[in-house]
Amino acid sequence: MNPIWAVILPLLVIPFIQFFGEKRNNLREASIIVTGLLLFLVNESIYQAVINGELAVSGEFVMMPGLSLALSAEPLGVLFGLLASSLWVITTVYSIGYMRGHNEQHQTRFYTCFAIALSAVMAAAYADNLLTLFVAYEMLSLSTFPLVTHAGTDAARKAGRVYLGILLGGSIGLFLPAMVWVYAMTGTLDFVPGGIVNAEQFGPGLWVLLALFVFGIGKAAVMPFHRWLPAAMVAPTPVSALLHAVAVVKTGVFSLLKIVTYIFGVDTMLATGISEWLIVFPAATILIASIIAFSKTNLKARLAYSTISQLSYIVLAALLASSTAIVGGGLHILTHAFAKITLFFCAGAIMVAAHKKDIRELDGIGRQMPITMLAFFIGSLGIIGLPPVAGVWSKVMIAQGSLQSGEVWILAVLMLSTLLNIGYLLPISIRAFYFAPPNAADSEHAPKSEPAAESEHTSDAAQQADSATPATAGHSVIQEAPAASLWAIVMTATLSVLLFFYPQPVIELLEMIQWR
Amino acid sequence: MSFVASMYNYWIVIVLMMAGLYILITRHNLVKKMIGLSIFQTSIFYLYISMGKVAGGTAPILIDEAVQYSNPLPHVLILTAIVVGVATTAVGLALIVRIHESYGSIEEDEIRVQEAEDAQ
Amino acid sequence: MSLSEHLPALLVVIPLLAAPLCVLLRHPLYAWIVALASSSLTLLAAYQVLMQVRDGSVIRYTLGGWSAPTGIEYYIDSVNATVALVVALISTVVLVYTRAISQKQLVTDKHYLLYTAWMLCLCGLIGIVITGDAFNVFVFLEISSLSTYLLISLGTQRNALTAAFRYLVMGSIGASFILIGIGYLFAATGTLNMVDLAQRIPEVQESRTILVAFSFLTIGLMIKAAVFPLHAWLANAYHHAPVFVTAFLAGTATKVSLYVMLRFFFSIFGADYSFAQMFLTSVLLPAAMAGYLLMSLVAVYQTDLRRMLAYSSIAQIGYIVAAISMVSVTGLTAAMVHIVNHALIKTALFMSVGCMMYRMGHAHIKSFDHLIRSMPFTVMAFIVSGLSLIGVPLTAGFISKFTLINGALDRGWWLVAASVLVSSLLATVYITRAAEVMVFNRNRVGHPQPSGMNEAPVSMLVPMWLLIGLSVYTGINGTETLAVAEQAAMQLLGGFE
Repeated sequence: MNPIWAVILPLLVIPFIQFFGEKRNNLREASIIVTGLLLFLVNESIYQAVINGELAVSGEFVMMPGLSLALSAEPLGVLFGLLASSLWVITTVYSIGYMRGHNEQHQTRFYTCFAIALSAVMAAAYADNLLTLFVAYEMLSLSTFPLVTHAGTDAARKAGRVYLGILLGGSIGLFLPAMVWVYAMTGTLDFVPGGIVNAEQFGPGLWVLLALFVFGIGKAAVMPFHRWLPAAMVAPTPVSALLHAVAVVKTGVFSLLKIVTYIFGVDTMLATGISEWLIVFPAATILIASIIAFSKTNLKARLAYSTISQLSYIVLAALLASSTAIVGGGLHILTHAFAKITLFFCAGAIMVAAHKKDIRELDGIGRQMPITMLAFFIGSLGIIGLPPVAGVWSKVMIAQGSLQSGEVWILAVLMLSTLLNIGYLLPISIRAFYFAPPNAADSEHAPKSEPAAESEHTSDAAQQADSATPATAGHSVIQEAPAASLWAIVMTATLSVLLFFYPQPVIELLEMIQWR
Repeated sequence: MSFVASMYNYWIVIVLMMAGLYILITRHNLVKKMIGLSIFQTSIFYLYISMGKVAGGTAPILIDEAVQYSNPLPHVLILTAIVVGVATTAVGLALIVRIHESYGSIEEDEIRVQEAEDAQ
Repeated sequence: MSLSEHLPALLVVIPLLAAPLCVLLRHPLYAWIVALASSSLTLLAAYQVLMQVRDGSVIRYTLGGWSAPTGIEYYIDSVNATVALVVALISTVVLVYTRAISQKQLVTDKHYLLYTAWMLCLCGLIGIVITGDAFNVFVFLEISSLSTYLLISLGTQRNALTAAFRYLVMGSIGASFILIGIGYLFAATGTLNMVDLAQRIPEVQESRTILVAFSFLTIGLMIKAAVFPLHAWLANAYHHAPVFVTAFLAGTATKVSLYVMLRFFFSIFGADYSFAQMFLTSVLLPAAMAGYLLMSLVAVYQTDLRRMLAYSSIAQIGYIVAAISMVSVTGLTAAMVHIVNHALIKTALFMSVGCMMYRMGHAHIKSFDHLIRSMPFTVMAFIVSGLSLIGVPLTAGFISKFTLINGALDRGWWLVAASVLVSSLLATVYITRAAEVMVFNRNRVGHPQPSGMNEAPVSMLVPMWLLIGLSVYTGINGTETLAVAEQAAMQLLGGFE
């Protein structure tokens, strides 16, 4: 199967979305789900081709002499493509419940931009050279910008400015020159197993180049280029879930994995040791972001900082540059995606069903929303890296990779971070099930029509606003989120657990990466 | 001294040119600015014409007694440049008339005041 | 001789004949038809000419059969054929667009004058580009400049008059400097033909006359091309001129002056003299860098879209000058590519602003709240060409930026590459600042807006989107533009044949 179809397919649904519009919203969402399933099938057939050792490449489109747009499938890309397309279907199902339950405006624009973003993600996944990856990366930044500013309020626009400023600024200011530099020195931008960069040619400039990539790819949210991610949390929850837990941020770390593997080459990285000091940044990010997550009482903000921390695991894996670490990083893309999207779905579900987003209000909510909170618990385990959820495998592999590279102190960072993860995630589930809800006497549920203020604040502002409003509802009666949303939550949580028992296909796929 | 004397035509050009530029820069009256511009341009005409003079040459007309001619090309060129200069002056003066109609003044500082009011 | 051999002459003659015809007709519609027809014919001729020189050959056309150096000759290679094509293209497209908006912004009895001046300007610009005679450059320069002053003075508000007058003063000084420079060249070499000049200058290049000629020409051309710090006239002129005139000028006038710069520095004086002996790089590069950094910054603080874009134009000229001062094939390729691409982009941007002014009557960013609701196509046009200005991939601007940075890195100029990027980031700021208001701001009290769709006429939207389509196409498939630009760069560095 030609990977170009994976890029085109999400775009094909846009006329349908526009045609059906708000009036026939069932048909509109149905068309997206059908397209999503088709997209998954396309990715599946590409996967089969790669497993069988066949080539899945698109034609080459020459943009400038020596520079072309081209797509091809390789293990990392296939994994990412499968992940994004499957989660697109689930997220769409979830959004049906969420967006309607939340009375969001401009849903047609929302789904249109979503489809464009997905197309960009597919292009990034199957990019055959750095230029294609860059184009897809920029397309993704621009198409998700309207999703972040969706609410159109001052706060949302301010967040949008931060979002675009850091992402576009990083990519134009650092990523682009890095790319041109590679081109000026090597005359090509193709992804080649073993890399195209010649260490002697660059000399000490090589670590500058790597730094340009690591920080220029702002979507990887390595500190100090992380501010956009918490800002982007003003977007509707499905956006936060798919894009800011999976598609956008994973495009960032995925790009880094690809660049390390196919531009620098694992051997060059290890031989020159250029990443030795750079590795401090993701390591620091892991810890600092976890500590900040502690201090956030807004659920989405806490999850955002948790994402920043988890992303740096993958950046770390890329910089460790041993094959085990990179396979672990690839696996972590998958395991973290399932776990974190579950958590975001749960956060959204709580917001729709109970109109709560402050962690301090969630005591005892497990009684009202048992399924949701169970899924939340599973997701938390996945992030922490405890069995029986898949997160454990990727963490183990990254740890192994750090030992292989001789960076023992990384191990300490990983362990400390795991402790911090336990600290900021598990109490939420525990309190939800075992603590009494505040104002238990008041068993009236918050009326459904109460306008949810979620999208009108940045995460920080929301926090203050929420702490000011007293908790209005008890949790004695079961009242879950809309069925569509609940179904999506169960799906992702189940997938997380399944991946623990059957990680082998994924690892086998990743081990097909050609290192040299 | 001979340097000055033998090159007197260029000195004239320089003096005229500087005078023109000086008027252009320092005067606030738009008509005076145009006068400065004209003087400035005229100095260039002199530059060209004096450059075409060949010592001992006559005007480039076919007559029997002529031994040597001045170079006619600069004259021709400057004829064009004069036309251009006249056109520039005409356009400039036309603009000044229009400016006077709409601002009621041709003094630049007074116009600036009104422009600042427009901007508000 | 067949018609195709006379194409170079036709390029100049067609608009020149159209100008008096417009005066004779005196009818707004007929004058427009004549202007449009002649502009289209010029475009066709320019395209044919470019195709003729595309294989690297050179057309040397002798006017009236008088061979050089006695007569005037037109010297056309890929460098000027490309620029001529761009000028003719922009003129034609903007003319189509002008019909609707000029009816709204201009009193009826001035229309034929507009088209007359337009045709003269087009004639002058094309003439500058294709001529192979140094003095001819000056003559055509004045033809285009004089008509430009007229065009600017047609602006709706009275400050158009003062802007035109100030431009006239600066423009005349610039042109006079060029005239002096050419005079000294003639004094030193005894010829005005560019090819001859290029041959004779090396024999006398040690003389002070050549030095003076070179200096005057450099300053004169920098004024005409609005290179920082000699840029002051441009912002006022672009701001107060009628917006359709600005759209035309933004794509053509400064680009043509930059072409003359390329021609004099590289073909006539030779890269070795201009840059190795005269240290031109150390003059041009700081000016260019300061230009694009400062002017991008100034653009961020503008409240009027036209002024913002005008400052952005000065910044973009800085990019081109920086590329010129690299004196390498990649650098000159970048310069040529950006001359073409920026002409397309900036014209489209000014056209979209014109559409907004058509409906709103002004161009204040603040009052364009949520304009996308009533004018979606116009706002989208602004955004797409804005992205191209920033240099987002898949737009023409990206090709320019890529080649420019590649050229800078080739020379090892890290600082230039970095500062170009900083300036691009500033461009991001001023474009998104405007776009954000148009897309996301809700209507505020005090800025009543027509409800529902209220787009500009189709006759304005179509030419605008045509240009945008073209600039996106060259962004996706830049092979052809780059190939032409590279050939032009080689020819510039190689000197005359």
